[in-house]
Amino acid sequence: MSESTGAAPTRSNGKPKLALYWAASCGGCEIAVLAIDEKILTVAEHFDIIFWPCVVDGKVRDVEKLPDGAIHVCLFNGGIRTSEQEYMAKLLRRKSKVLVAFGSCAHEGCIPGLANLSSRQEIFETVFRDSISTDNPQGVLPQTETEVPEGKIHLPLFYNTLKPLEAVVHVDYTLPGCPPEAENIWEALQAIVNGTLPPPGRVLGKSTTVCDECPRQRTEKKIREFKRIWEVIPDETTCLLEQGIVCSGIATRAGCGAKCPKVNSPCIGCHGPNEGVEDIGARMMTALASVIDSKDPEEVEQIITRGIPDLVGTFYRFGLAASLLRRSRLQPAGAG
Amino acid sequence: MAERIGVYVCHCGSNIAGIIDVEEVARWAGGNLQDVVVAKDYKFMCSSSGQQMIEEDIKNHQLTRVVVAACSPQLHERTFRRACKNAGLNPYLFQMANIREHISWVTTDKKAATEKAKSLVAAAVRRVRLHRPLEPLPVEVNPRTLVVGGGIAGIQAALELADAGYPVILLEREPSIGGHMAQFDKTFPTLDCSACILTPRMSEAGQHPNITLLTYSELEEVSGSVGHFKVKIRKRARYVREDRCTGCGICVEKCPTKVRDDVFEAGLGVRKSIYIPFAQAVPRIPVLDTEHCIYFTRGKCQICGKFCPTDAIDYDQKDQILEYEVGNIILATGWKMFDCTRIPQYGYGRLPNVFTAMEFERMCNAAGPTGGKIVLRDGKTEPRRVAIIHCVGSRDVNYNEYCSGICCMAALKYGHLVLEKTNAEVYSFYIDMRTNQKGYEEFYQRLLEEGMKFIRGKVAEVTNADRSEEEKGRLVVQVEDTLTGRQRRIPVDMVILMGALEPQEDAMDLARKVGISCSSAGWFTERHPKLDPVATMTDGVFVAGCCQGPKDIPASVAQGAAAAARVAGLISRRTVWIEPVVASIDESKCSGCRICNNLCPFNAIEYDEQEGVSRVITALCKGCGTCIAACPAKAIAGNHFADDQILAELEGALWDASPEALLATFGKKEEQLELKVLNV
Repeated sequence: MSESTGAAPTRSNGKPKLALYWAASCGGCEIAVLAIDEKILTVAEHFDIIFWPCVVDGKVRDVEKLPDGAIHVCLFNGGIRTSEQEYMAKLLRRKSKVLVAFGSCAHEGCIPGLANLSSRQEIFETVFRDSISTDNPQGVLPQTETEVPEGKIHLPLFYNTLKPLEAVVHVDYTLPGCPPEAENIWEALQAIVNGTLPPPGRVLGKSTTVCDECPRQRTEKKIREFKRIWEVIPDETTCLLEQGIVCSGIATRAGCGAKCPKVNSPCIGCHGPNEGVEDIGARMMTALASVIDSKDPEEVEQIITRGIPDLVGTFYRFGLAASLLRRSRLQPAGAG
Repeated sequence: MAERIGVYVCHCGSNIAGIIDVEEVARWAGGNLQDVVVAKDYKFMCSSSGQQMIEEDIKNHQLTRVVVAACSPQLHERTFRRACKNAGLNPYLFQMANIREHISWVTTDKKAATEKAKSLVAAAVRRVRLHRPLEPLPVEVNPRTLVVGGGIAGIQAALELADAGYPVILLEREPSIGGHMAQFDKTFPTLDCSACILTPRMSEAGQHPNITLLTYSELEEVSGSVGHFKVKIRKRARYVREDRCTGCGICVEKCPTKVRDDVFEAGLGVRKSIYIPFAQAVPRIPVLDTEHCIYFTRGKCQICGKFCPTDAIDYDQKDQILEYEVGNIILATGWKMFDCTRIPQYGYGRLPNVFTAMEFERMCNAAGPTGGKIVLRDGKTEPRRVAIIHCVGSRDVNYNEYCSGICCMAALKYGHLVLEKTNAEVYSFYIDMRTNQKGYEEFYQRLLEEGMKFIRGKVAEVTNADRSEEEKGRLVVQVEDTLTGRQRRIPVDMVILMGALEPQEDAMDLARKVGISCSSAGWFTERHPKLDPVATMTDGVFVAGCCQGPKDIPASVAQGAAAAARVAGLISRRTVWIEPVVASIDESKCSGCRICNNLCPFNAIEYDEQEGVSRVITALCKGCGTCIAACPAKAIAGNHFADDQILAELEGALWDASPEALLATFGKKEEQLELKVLNV
């Protein structure tokens, strides 16, 4: 992408084009855009919203017909789980000057990425056959091609592995968060309008962690026991981690204003790792392992297994798909 | 601009070249590795001509980086860094590949060794390209030295430094300095009176204006590094005010208790609850043992306090924590005697007339519990025959595999004392006689002439189960005489067990406190067993005497003096330059989460409350990397071990690994799948 900074170019109606797209995600990011309230009108003033399937009517074929680079900014939320999503990601990449991975799913896979602990087969069997609420006596599982009297119909291919947007196409900027906070969205939009975006490749946010924005009192850390959140009502002024509650604020990129710790709830890490960190789970684990106050291996083991029964779910809740682990091992040929 | 890298592969005589095809490695590096402009092999890179070759190449070929593939960086990194520096290249733009210890010494497979050497060279080349120039950091050396342990090695070290004009803190955990040597009667092979030669040094140390003597005190905590260690010392309560006590001994005389003295008298004698361990103790200030004191156990008595003419007894005294800053630390913590009850077949603790070497030392001592008389446990019967068993707990895979070094000579000394003081016969049961220092072999000859009997064989058992009239009521030593090939049963009256010298119980703890390592047995590890025997891998920490391994008095004294000389050298330089391989915190990334704060083994991290960030105190940091690994925000980086450097090194080491193999598990098929479906 040659010109990703600088003022937005104008077209016939005088407005740069904006697209928003929703891939493998819950839809919260779409709502988050509306959380900027009346400022959405300002956005509409500045941009020609040409493609936003959730909100306005639009056709893929219209996008296909656009010249490459015709869209100034595309906010893309959701990870890539199916062949259709991959196609849309590649299409919007081609048509957009600036592609923004919007929200945790596009950024690092988020909760859908935890399905990388299972294979496609396992997911299908759970969703379409084994769960109690499923009524599927013939055990039909999704197929990419199905013969019906009218002819052959197609479904997108469901991949074994969910990938973050960056693993499929080049991403210019990332707006972290599950979902991104309204203030940050507004700031990013303003930067786009004003042409004050930083050099591409950056995560739009701070380069420190949530503790920086957290008002709680911190001292030197020594942890004898990890507690699950339902086990205690935390004291409201002391660092949650020091109270034994696994708070990911130490390793999570700041920018949210420490929203969760401020309401007595631990940070669960939705903004992803800090600048320069490749694997947030590994960071969390080395950090916590360092402050467990015991030298006895058996006791350490007990402290961890009792207090943190789900290691992947705790440390890779948002980042599994983008981590060094990426997924659990797939059984060779066929099993996946 | 591309770097210009020189690669030098050392033959190390045949040490490396005997296994690795060094010419091939050099040729390969020159032809295949990016940015390598010079690649040579040479007989001995560490020789002056080898170093000169590097220096000339740096100048002639404008080298910007240097790699030497040779031995361990522990041995010669300094050598080659100096060569780089001499040629005007920053010494940290150098990297060493260890192809000797890591390859040629551990395999006989020449082909694989050569391939691995290529990998290590490739790793070093990739890494060195990313090296950044660094400057060593100056640190002022505090002239004060802490000597831990007041035995003969520690006393020697302390006196050497104090005489040179430098302040010394001499720390001893017992109530008096003197160590084991103070317990001995005679010293081998000259038969000097141990106390006569030791006590003048003790009192000299006690009165030296440059020596601060802290007895009944232990090292609690050490932080900092060479030049400026901070030490915390626990001065245990003596319940006697040192500023008032005159050492008159009235308190000891009046104390109504009697306690078995397991320390100085090795359990053979008694002392009071308030006591001075021995007559020539330094300092001559009693210690009150609260475990046995009637006042402390039952709340009444205080006789010592009532009789003290200077009102020096203070029942409310508390332990004190003293803090000092010192430039260097000398550990001279000595040894402990093997617990002879661990070998039940020798009967110690069960058969009364089986004695340990330490008990026998005290028995021989004129100031000891028997007044120097060699008698059985009943305190009056003189033995008619004495057995001395060597290697009790030494040279034995069940206990300690090492040789304790001094026991053969001590056994000969005991033999001499028995023959001199009694009419008894003496048998020595030995595996090998080891008398290899000055005057030792002559002493052995002397004992042969004096009539001591020697039986070569490891004693199987000491028993009181008699089989004949002669054995009745006596101890029997069952042994195979390996020189005659016969089983022997020798009835004796007294058995002396030459117990092994073992590391102090808490040697490993102490090693951890000061940041040095121990052998698996627990002896402190010296920097180099031959060329640097009193230094350790931690700058500013030295070892002397038996804490480094069993040795005799002359060797302990020599080490004490050597350690002092090393310290004096550092002090007189005033400034030491420490490795700039340290961690630093990027304050813009630090959120002040304080995870790192109590991890640093050198206490080099401080927290700034005001700014809400943590900082590394560079002068204290040793670059261990603990905080770097732990920082959840990745705000801490380490000089010379930066991520990019380590990753480049890994990539280099894996230069021949196929990327396909690594991607195989990764759903490749899906990526290549054509998206026909949607193009309809």
